Amino acid sequence: MKIDVNTLKKIAHLARLEFDEAGAEKMTQDMSQILDWVEQLNEVDTQGVEPITTMSSEVNVLREDAVANHLTHEQGLKNAPQRDSDYFRVPKVME
Amino acid sequence: MEKFISFDEIKKSLENRETDCSAIVKYYLQNIQTKAHLNAFVEVYEQSALAQAELINEKIASGKAGRLAGMVIGIKDVLCYDAHEANASSKILQGFESQFTGTAVQRLIDEDAIVIGRLNCDEFGMGSSNENSVHGRVLNAADETRVPGGSSGGSAVAVQANLCTVSLGTDTGGSVRQPAAFTGIVGIKPTYSRVSRWGLIAYASSFDTIGVFSKTVKDNALVMEIMAGHDNFDSTASRKPVPKYSELLHFDKRVKIAYIKETIESPALQPEIKANTLAVLEKLKNEGHQVEEVDFPLLKYTLPTYYILTTAEASSNLSRFDGVKYGYRTPNAHNLESMYKLTRSEGFGEEVKRRIMLGTFVLSASYYDAYFTKAQKVRRMIKESTEDLLNKFDYIIMPTTPSTAFKFGEHSNDPVAMYLEDLFTVQASVSGVPALSIPNGKDKLGLPIGLQIITNSFKEAELYAFANYLSAFNSN
Amino acid sequence: MLSAEVKSKYELVIGLEVHAQLLTKSKMYTSDSTEFGNLPNTHISVITLGHPGTLPKVNRKAVEFAIKMGLACDSTITRRNIFARKNYFYPDLPKGYQITQDKNPICVGGNVPITLSDGTKREVALTRIHMEEDAGKSMHLAGEVDTLVDFNRAGVPLIEIVSEPDMRSSEEAYVFLSEVKKLVKYLDICDGNMEEGSLRCDANVSARLWGAEEYGKKVEVKNMNSFRNVARAIEHEFERQILLIESGEEIISETRTFDAATGLTASMRTKEDLNDYRYFPEPDLSPVIVSEEWLSSIQGAMPSLPRELHHKFVNEYGLPEYDAGVLTDSKEIALYFEELCTLTRNYKAASNLMMGPVKSYLNELTLHISDFPIGPKRLAELIQLIDDGKVNFSVATQKVYPEMLIHAEKTPLAIAQELNLIQDSDEGSLIPIVESVLAENVVKVAEYKSGKKGLMAMFMGQVMKKSQGKADPKVATKILMELLDN
Repeated sequence: MKIDVNTLKKIAHLARLEFDEAGAEKMTQDMSQILDWVEQLNEVDTQGVEPITTMSSEVNVLREDAVANHLTHEQGLKNAPQRDSDYFRVPKVME
Repeated sequence: MEKFISFDEIKKSLENRETDCSAIVKYYLQNIQTKAHLNAFVEVYEQSALAQAELINEKIASGKAGRLAGMVIGIKDVLCYDAHEANASSKILQGFESQFTGTAVQRLIDEDAIVIGRLNCDEFGMGSSNENSVHGRVLNAADETRVPGGSSGGSAVAVQANLCTVSLGTDTGGSVRQPAAFTGIVGIKPTYSRVSRWGLIAYASSFDTIGVFSKTVKDNALVMEIMAGHDNFDSTASRKPVPKYSELLHFDKRVKIAYIKETIESPALQPEIKANTLAVLEKLKNEGHQVEEVDFPLLKYTLPTYYILTTAEASSNLSRFDGVKYGYRTPNAHNLESMYKLTRSEGFGEEVKRRIMLGTFVLSASYYDAYFTKAQKVRRMIKESTEDLLNKFDYIIMPTTPSTAFKFGEHSNDPVAMYLEDLFTVQASVSGVPALSIPNGKDKLGLPIGLQIITNSFKEAELYAFANYLSAFNSN
Repeated sequence: MLSAEVKSKYELVIGLEVHAQLLTKSKMYTSDSTEFGNLPNTHISVITLGHPGTLPKVNRKAVEFAIKMGLACDSTITRRNIFARKNYFYPDLPKGYQITQDKNPICVGGNVPITLSDGTKREVALTRIHMEEDAGKSMHLAGEVDTLVDFNRAGVPLIEIVSEPDMRSSEEAYVFLSEVKKLVKYLDICDGNMEEGSLRCDANVSARLWGAEEYGKKVEVKNMNSFRNVARAIEHEFERQILLIESGEEIISETRTFDAATGLTASMRTKEDLNDYRYFPEPDLSPVIVSEEWLSSIQGAMPSLPRELHHKFVNEYGLPEYDAGVLTDSKEIALYFEELCTLTRNYKAASNLMMGPVKSYLNELTLHISDFPIGPKRLAELIQLIDDGKVNFSVATQKVYPEMLIHAEKTPLAIAQELNLIQDSDEGSLIPIVESVLAENVVKVAEYKSGKKGLMAMFMGQVMKKSQGKADPKVATKILMELLDN
């Protein structure tokens, strides 16, 4: 499947990635190549086959409703790239 | 003279008071230093390992030591260890310190294994050569111009070069087995959900497993036995009881073995690997086992199935790396959107970005059914066919890899060529079944060859026993 | 401006999506606390913050609460449940995805019965109810260069209740929301507070010409923080769409935000509208199977529902619709009333007491019925006192009842006796009083006999005065009539 520049831009935006012109060119090529390759799956007759939605062999793995295992305020904020004494901080959405 | 090839040796030395834990740790620290250029270790916990050693010496003296006392382990840079950095070999997690220890690692520590350091790998587990790491590439000790395999390259080399007794890696599509083959050691991918994923930095959630590298099958079995089993923190972890693998290594049955035509006859298969594999099969026949060739027409579809599903899951798992709560944040952003885009574009390597893009694409609304749903269906078919085969046969044997260790840069420009390295390992990952690689000779350049054994889900005991038996075939 | 004539050509179609925060102690997929109102970033864990290597685990109680809601709405309960990831980027969404349910919601179908102000009853159809987790809070403050993020709320369990596009007026929407609020409070699964955000609503609004088969393009409206604002937003949006259609313009299927100050909706159209959530099954959670046994045990523990109690009050107690509506508005009052009616047969008097003095007392002091000092037994005794003719209704409510509020331990009879309120029903003592009143008002008596029947009230007033309010009105009336008709 050939990917065009517009599709690349849309997908990049969804993934919050950006590419310069050369990077976009390469990524488009790589993706097209890989998608061409995976398309061989269309050779497989999957008529009547249910998609697999879990690889777990367990069911009803549930937690009792009790409070436990939290991080303290300081511990939680410790790794924050930007913070003040109470909050995580991020740049504002600019319209 | 290499000491401590196996844990049995270590235990014996300890019992005979020939050594103690501090000496063992110092021995490995020395090796790590001598072989530093291999770049297996990202960080060495010299102080804490020595401190731990002293504590365990005391425990041994008072008869209170755990089952792994004397064992020194390394853990892959995707395994969380409280108050220690875990970077997933990525710039986006540089400086990040885990605030809890994963279950698998904790269980080994609880039995007095000493964690000597953090091991290099491909970024987020994505790669087959350990060339995609922010910490730089890892060299194969068998030939330093060649890759050790990946993604758990560092973990493999650490055991290969005697930098620790046993190491933990992770195997999502072959990332333990392939490097084990390239470096001539034992490596296992357990049944999916056999070992808790709590503390494993996720790549593809329905494929990820924690695996073990070792020199001997017995050491591997012991570590797996201790790590495996139900965990309250992992909703997918199996509740099935864990047999004592290390005590079940005895093997004297006659078994039924299948080998898949499409693997042996693959045009990508290096002739020496084919020859060595066939030699093992021949010997098994001579020993009275039933060895049969079978068809597995779905084999070629295992790779595309794997890449569609793992990239999809990865694209979602890696969304949390956004510069908000932890990890790298770009210094160049002026608003939220650019903060996200620059952080992630600057923080992730090429291969990771490629897989995120692919995964995002196959999950996107217009393509979901054509790619993702299709792959989920084919996965079911592959899984069920593999399980059927393993119901008729006790084991499947195949080469672990199509080639021996390749040279650095060989696949750098061709992602698909790199993906094809996983040709023989992804079937077990797609199916969820356990698979193990043991050394099976060398090629004419002296590069290790691996033999892969696969069995049905939750039959690690049978797998280890047979692997142990096969190891006696070729004493290298 | 939109004329009534033009407007009447169009039919309003409304679908609502209601999010209710569940009253569990811990979050949906993690065990940190759901407690409200604490310092920012104090109810967090490595899982809530989306740290690498962490995994979710489902809260059993949240599942039960969702099932309860489904049962209360007559939905079909899905037996094999899986979860899904909804992927998008926002600072208050720590994992970069929300764990929700996509293709297999835990409850399918169902309905919420509503009664409109004109008495019309109908059932609003539901599409589904599913479980998901809340996001944290992002604060965009003027004067701040950054957005501030608090993850306390991230991960709190939610159920999303989605109606069919089944409502046709803003009143229906308003009543639907009130009924949903009532239900979740009856079930004790949510405190139903829109102002505080434990109940949230998005509206999907479209307009079409009457008789059209296809629905018009729907517009999503967000940011309405009260039932009234939901109604206002819908009204405005309806008119806005009609004006567009009438002028030949396209309705853009978009998300709009409501401004409570102006009453208008404005487009929120950003790149987010192009968002593709890329739902796929959540691989980190195992399926949740609702067995027959589990379902029965939840069913068995269900409280009485508003519609059940309403039905009982009307059919068994013979109360008017209006009374039943008021009495079932709150579960606690309905249950108090139910108990009261096991202790008295005078259901109407009980209803009048509850709707009148009791409710106004509670409202005035903003008290909960559980803090009401008078128990059902005592209230029943008060009713008995009236039924026995010992006091009349107004003495009961104005003199005895207030005393009961202060002296909960005293019986109404004791209070009435102490305060000398027991009315005089004895003809023997009342006849002389009536006679004296008639004797003092000879002119009025004559006027009464010649037709001014309204004067009866005046005579009664005098009798009451002379008897210090203790004359039993029924008996006094009887005597007055007998004497006057002679």
